Amino acid sequence: MSTVKPYGDTLGDGAVQLSFTLPLEWSEAADEAARRLVGKMGFTDVAVVDGRAIASGFSFFVVYARTPVAIDVSAIQAPSATRESLTMEQVDALIAERVGRKVKIVGACIGTDAHTVGIDAILNMKGYKGDYGLERYRGFEVHNLGSQIAVEDVVRFAGEHGADAILASQVVTQKGSDVANFTALAELLEAENLRERTLLIAGGPRMTNVLAAELGYDAGFGRGTLPSDVATFIARRLAERVPA
Amino acid sequence: MELRLDQAAVANARRLASAIVDPIGDFIARHSTLSVERVVARLCGVDGVDGDGVPLPNRLVDALPAREQGLARALGAALAESGRTPQQVAEAVAAGEPLPDPSRTPESALRAALRPHVASGLARIDAARGARDVLLARLPQEEPPLLYVIVASGNIYEDRTAAVAAAEAGAQVVAVIRSTAQSLLDYVPFGATVEGFGGTYATQENFRIMRAALDAVSERLGRYVMLTNYASGLCMPEIAATAALERLDMLLNDSMYGILFRDINMQRTFVDQHFSRQLNARSGIIINTGEDNYLTTADAVEQAPAVLASQFVNEAFAKRAGLPERQMGLGDAYEIDPDLEDGFLLQLAQAQLARQIFPHAPLKYMPPTKHMTGNVFKGHLIDAMFNLTSVMTHQTIHLCGMLTEAIHTPFLGDRALALENARYVMKTARGFGDEIEIKPGGKIERRAREVLDGAVRILDRVAERGLMRAIEEGTFADVKRPREGGRGFEGVFAKDPAYWNPFAEALAGATALA
Repeated sequence: MSTVKPYGDTLGDGAVQLSFTLPLEWSEAADEAARRLVGKMGFTDVAVVDGRAIASGFSFFVVYARTPVAIDVSAIQAPSATRESLTMEQVDALIAERVGRKVKIVGACIGTDAHTVGIDAILNMKGYKGDYGLERYRGFEVHNLGSQIAVEDVVRFAGEHGADAILASQVVTQKGSDVANFTALAELLEAENLRERTLLIAGGPRMTNVLAAELGYDAGFGRGTLPSDVATFIARRLAERVPA
Repeated sequence: MELRLDQAAVANARRLASAIVDPIGDFIARHSTLSVERVVARLCGVDGVDGDGVPLPNRLVDALPAREQGLARALGAALAESGRTPQQVAEAVAAGEPLPDPSRTPESALRAALRPHVASGLARIDAARGARDVLLARLPQEEPPLLYVIVASGNIYEDRTAAVAAAEAGAQVVAVIRSTAQSLLDYVPFGATVEGFGGTYATQENFRIMRAALDAVSERLGRYVMLTNYASGLCMPEIAATAALERLDMLLNDSMYGILFRDINMQRTFVDQHFSRQLNARSGIIINTGEDNYLTTADAVEQAPAVLASQFVNEAFAKRAGLPERQMGLGDAYEIDPDLEDGFLLQLAQAQLARQIFPHAPLKYMPPTKHMTGNVFKGHLIDAMFNLTSVMTHQTIHLCGMLTEAIHTPFLGDRALALENARYVMKTARGFGDEIEIKPGGKIERRAREVLDGAVRILDRVAERGLMRAIEEGTFADVKRPREGGRGFEGVFAKDPAYWNPFAEALAGATALA
C-alpha cells in the first residue's frame, strides 16, 4: 500500500486531533466558530470535544475530525544522516586507519542563540544518554566555542585551525532566526573558500537532514541524536574522501 | 515528611560557604564597575538617550575624568558649579561639555549638591516597596507554590496580552524573558520595544508597561500578580535599580551564572552582583538564583551536589549583601532523566533537602526542560510529576513547565494548560507531603545524605583553593574561566581613596541596621 491516511481506529478513517486557541470570549457561538474553522481547513466530521474560556477574550478548543486527503508515500525520500552508527572505538579505529591524524572539529551555538544544551550534549566529554561526547574520542580534536558566537568568528576560527568539520547549533527558532544564521554561516564559508574542505553540519531540535540539505549543509541532526551518530557521519564522510 | 539530616554537615557547609565568600567580599569592597557607576546616575534621576540612542547614564560615566573616584563626586561637582539638575548635566555632557575635575570643588560642597538627589532616588525605591506592601496586604496572593510563567514574544505589547491572560488562568508571577543577547550589552536599551529574539528587551519603559497591566489585572482578580525580570549580564546593577523604581517583585540573579554560562568576567560579576543584591535588599525584591543551569548542561543525578553547593554559595553572598532569607529564592530544577527508575525519589530527596536546609528561603523550583521532546503528551505528564514534587516539598516559587518546552516559546493555550495541570495537582495533593513520613534509611533519605555529603566535599575543595581559582580550574559545570578574561573586564576598576558612592553607603548602612 503506498497511499495512507491518519489511522484512528479503522483503516482509512483519516482521524486527527487538533487543539488551538481563538481570540474569542467563550460561548456556544465560539464552539461553533471553532467547528466551522476546522471544516474550512478541509476536515469533515468535525467534533469540538472541549471548548472553554482560558482568559478573557480567549478560548481553547480540542477538536476531533477526519481528513479526506491521503498521501502517496512511495515517492517520498528523506535520507537520514544516521545510518547504523558505529561505536566510539569503531569511529576511532576508522579515523586512525583511513585519516591517520586527529580530525579537527569546531562547534558553536551561532548568532544570538545562548542555548548550548544541544551542542554540549554532542561535544562534551560526558555526552548524552550514556553515549560519550566527541571530546572523549581519541580521533577528534574538539573546539567548542560556546554560545552566541558570530558566524564570522566561527569561520575565522575554522580557517585558522584547519577545521575538518563545523558543527553549528541553533535551538531558538523564533522568527526564522535559525535559518538566517545557518544560511549566513554557509555563505560566509563559501565566500572564504573553505566550504569544499570543511564538512558543514547543522544541529538543533527542529533540524532535519532534509532542511540541512536545503540550506546547503552536508548533514542535519535533530532531536534524539546521539554523539556517536554525528561522529559516525564525520568519520565515514572523511574516510570516503581519502583514496583507499 | 521530614528527612533526618546530619545537622553538623549542614553547619559545616554553611561555614565553608562563608569562608569561600569572605575573601571575595574584600575584593568587592575595593572595586567598582562602570555599571555600578551608571546606577548612581540613574538613581539621581538621569534617564533617556542621546541622538545616537546611547543611554545618558553611559555618556555620563564614559565622560568621567577619573573613574577611580566614582561618578558621584564628579556629578556633585558639576551640580555645585552649574546649579543644574543631574539630568541637565547629563544632557550637557551628551552635547559635548566635559565633566569638571571634582578636586577643584570642596568635598563638602559637592556632597551637599548631590545629597538631595540621592535622597530622592532612595525615596523612590522606598515608595515602590511601600506600594507593594500595601497592595500585598489588600490583594493577598494565593498560598505557595506561587505559579510562575514566562512570556517571551519579543514584543512588549504581545507579552502584555499573554501576561494578563496567564494571570487570569492562575499565574501569580509573570517573568518577561529577555532577548537572548541582552546580557552581553553594556547598556540598558531604552523605551518600549517590539522586537527581540527569544525574548523581549528589559527596558525601564517595558517594565512600566508590564507593571501597569499586571496592577490592573491584580485589582480585577483581587490578588497581587508579581512581575519578574533578569538582573544578570553586564548591566546587572542597572536592571536591579530600574526594577526597584518600577516595582518589579523578583529578579533572576545568580552569583556565578554569568561567569560560567555567559563568559562574563568574574571580577565584574562579583562586584556587580553585590551592589545588585544590596539594591534588591532595599527594594524588597526576591532574587531567583540559577542552579537549574548546572542540570541542563550535565547529568542531573551527578550534578545534584553542585546544585546544593551553589545554593550555599548564593546564600552566603546574599547574606553579605544584606539580603534577608525571605528574599533568597534559591534555585533547583526537576531535570532527572524520566527513564531512570526511581528518578522521582531522587527528585523528592533533593527538593526536600533544600526545603529543610533553607527553611525560610522562598525556594525557586524550575521545570523539566532537558528531557522534554516533541511528545507533548509525555511532556505534560512529566510536568505533572514535577508539580507533585513541588507541592509535596513546599517549594515557594514554581516555574510552570510547558508541555511544548522543546518546541517553541509557549502559545497562549500552552500556558493555560500548564497552569491547569499545576493547579489540579497542587489542589488534589495539597496536604500529601505533610501526611506521609519518609522511611528512615530508605532510598530518599540515603540520597539526600549523599547529596549533602557531596556538596560539603565540593565546598571544601573550593574553600581550599579560593573561589576565583576554583572557577579558573573548571570546578563548576566543567567550565574554566580566567580571572582577567571574559566580557566586561575592562569595566572593572580599583577604587581610589577619594572614591565616593553615596548609594552604596546608604545601602550598606541599612544592612548594618538590619
